[in-house]
Amino acid sequence: MQIDKFSYDNKIVRDFSIATVIWGIVGMLVGLLIASQLFSPAVNLGTQYTTFGRIRPLHTNSVIFAFVGNGIFMGVYYSLQRLCKARMFSDLLSRIHFWGWQLIIVLAAVTLPLGITSSKEYAELEWPIDIMITLVWVVFIINMMGTILKRREKHMYVAIWFYIATVATVAVLHIVNSIELPVTWIKSYPVYAGVQDALVQWWYGHNAVAFFLTTPYLGLMYYFLPKAANRPVYSYRLSIIHFWSLIFIYIWAGPHHLLYSALPDWAQSLGTVFSIMLIAPSWGGMINGLLTLRGAWDKVREDAVLKFMVVAITAYGMATFEGPMLSLKNVNALAHFTDWIIAHVHIGALGWNGFLTFGILYWLIPRLYRTNLYSRKLANFHFWIGFIGIVFYASAMYWSGLTQSLMWKQFNSFGILQYPNFLQTTLQIIPMYMIRAIGGVLYFSGVIVMAYNLVKTAMQGSFLANEDAEAPALVKESAANREKGHHWLESRPIQFMILSLVAILIGGLVEMIPTYLIKSNIPTIASVKPYTPLELQGRDLYIREGCNNCHSQLIRPFRSETERYGEYSKAGEFVYDHPFLWGSKRTGPDLQREGRKYPNLWHYNHFVNPRTMSPGSIMPSYPWLAEQELDTSTTVAKINAMRKLGVPYPDGYENIANALLMNQAGVIAKDLRKNGAPVTKRKEIVALISYIQRLGTDIKADTSLTK
Amino acid sequence: MFSNYLSSIEGIEIYPIISLIIFFAFFIGLCYWVIKVDKTYITKMENLPLEQNGSGLNNDLENNQRI
Repeated sequence: MQIDKFSYDNKIVRDFSIATVIWGIVGMLVGLLIASQLFSPAVNLGTQYTTFGRIRPLHTNSVIFAFVGNGIFMGVYYSLQRLCKARMFSDLLSRIHFWGWQLIIVLAAVTLPLGITSSKEYAELEWPIDIMITLVWVVFIINMMGTILKRREKHMYVAIWFYIATVATVAVLHIVNSIELPVTWIKSYPVYAGVQDALVQWWYGHNAVAFFLTTPYLGLMYYFLPKAANRPVYSYRLSIIHFWSLIFIYIWAGPHHLLYSALPDWAQSLGTVFSIMLIAPSWGGMINGLLTLRGAWDKVREDAVLKFMVVAITAYGMATFEGPMLSLKNVNALAHFTDWIIAHVHIGALGWNGFLTFGILYWLIPRLYRTNLYSRKLANFHFWIGFIGIVFYASAMYWSGLTQSLMWKQFNSFGILQYPNFLQTTLQIIPMYMIRAIGGVLYFSGVIVMAYNLVKTAMQGSFLANEDAEAPALVKESAANREKGHHWLESRPIQFMILSLVAILIGGLVEMIPTYLIKSNIPTIASVKPYTPLELQGRDLYIREGCNNCHSQLIRPFRSETERYGEYSKAGEFVYDHPFLWGSKRTGPDLQREGRKYPNLWHYNHFVNPRTMSPGSIMPSYPWLAEQELDTSTTVAKINAMRKLGVPYPDGYENIANALLMNQAGVIAKDLRKNGAPVTKRKEIVALISYIQRLGTDIKADTSLTK
Repeated sequence: MFSNYLSSIEGIEIYPIISLIIFFAFFIGLCYWVIKVDKTYITKMENLPLEQNGSGLNNDLENNQRI
């Protein structure tokens, strides 16, 4: 038998591990900043670039795509080479992947604070960056599949299946959700509108959690946990079932993010059913992970790596039990739009992704540098301070979410809302926001301690860039002993990838196609008209400032919501909304029926300093909106783009759009000046007020007509 | 656009049901295969991550190092 000599590329693993730690620190620091802004709005530093609405996406993007993303690549590049007994397909592609990904992160960190955003959660980056992401991802796919194809191990270990499903599905998700029509270099509109846009977005959003935060990390779990525990996974059979059921079921569950929304009922129920089914494969994976440690629990007491991994897997189990529970409509009615969801996602992010990453780092870095960990004590300290941080964070957010939700729904004995002023419910939970920030500080300080420990470890060791290895070359199988069934599949990566794709595409297509097909799914409302040019510009300012990060535009059909906000949302009201702006969290009140509720002057004063109109409000001040002039050079392009997407602006409308815009702005500015606000019609604030005053009024007009 | 083509397909409702049946059958087949599969194969796959094929020093670390 021929023995091949080759070497593993450790340098790319080391590079990704450094990026993981650095971006982890950055992402969590931004998280601390926005957490502090929620009890002290002054922490926005008085600039528009660091207000909550703009940097909340920076926090989510940097934690998901920079911290966890680099963590995925670190683990994949290490384990894939060893499981395939082959060096990565191309060192050049590895470098392009690494630097391309870091460039994307840097561009995100620049554009998001500048307000360049698509507003779609976890897909905020604008179209040129979307294209870059696609290209870099393709590089990763080629590099990964190339490595698998030249492997010296006949069968692909279960971790590799998870990697294959991840790269294929993320590609599909990213491309479908990013189909947008560019207006300028930094602005685009999604081709979908309203309900369809919402459905696509949450099909994406849910599966970004599934295929970016879960499946690759399950792959890492299946490799690094047996490594760290030095024993094989509990049941390889279970892992096969785990894999196929998870990737098939996960893709269907997206609509549970839109329960009680204007989405058709059948799609909501579909989401709920598949979410409940998801408990089975998720817990199968968790049990498989935890039982791998059977007979080795004594090691868990001493080994910080295993401690981190055990808590990570337990957090995975908790989050994947809670998720299906949150998709039950009655639970969702209580939890949606509140901090409960923030708690839920942080069990996943801090517990599952964070702790698994830390465990892998503590295991990996000493091996890359051929030394022992600098300090076990510090690693144990990190474990405990991180763990306590999670407890503080989560308990404060559960408490706050439940409190606020119950206050929103509370009626008094006269049958009217007990807390009609939204702000009362916010002020009630401010102490919880402070405790949450303390939890964040604890967790963050643990990460700093880890960074110090790992740097010290690296300094005392010597880095092994190319690790020599040898393995027998793979012999081609003869036609006589061809394998059948899953064996066959496990030795064929391309076919495996195609079958995984089929599994996820079926769920996606069944969910989405009917929404496009059946006209009755989105009943049109005759009185719903396209936005005026000024309102359209105002809407884009709303997107730029990230208002949708704190304000929903979706009133659920509950008495407590129709009493507070007005008529519940109808699918037909959003047909011209490219993109939809339903939001997913109510840090402030819903705005869908905000139009004509208050005079223009109220909004003017409220934007310049919210606390003049609502004492104690935690909304940031936006004085610059009253100073900056609206950029009207884009109006024509925007009208043209909207028309291309199917919004019925009449022919030639783009030519008179800016004149109409100035007319409408003039009326609003005149009204503001009459009431004492020093403003001209060219200021941004006028456009934003025009949009706010339009919100939800199409339907109000309709009811007044029928009466 | 493309939705017009899709809506002109007759009896499109049957496709989701067919897909569900395909997958249900796939799962039954998968479970059957997993139960029946050769034990030596399972043992081999289980131990894949634990195989030592890197340089010597790291292998010693694998076995001795506990942090």
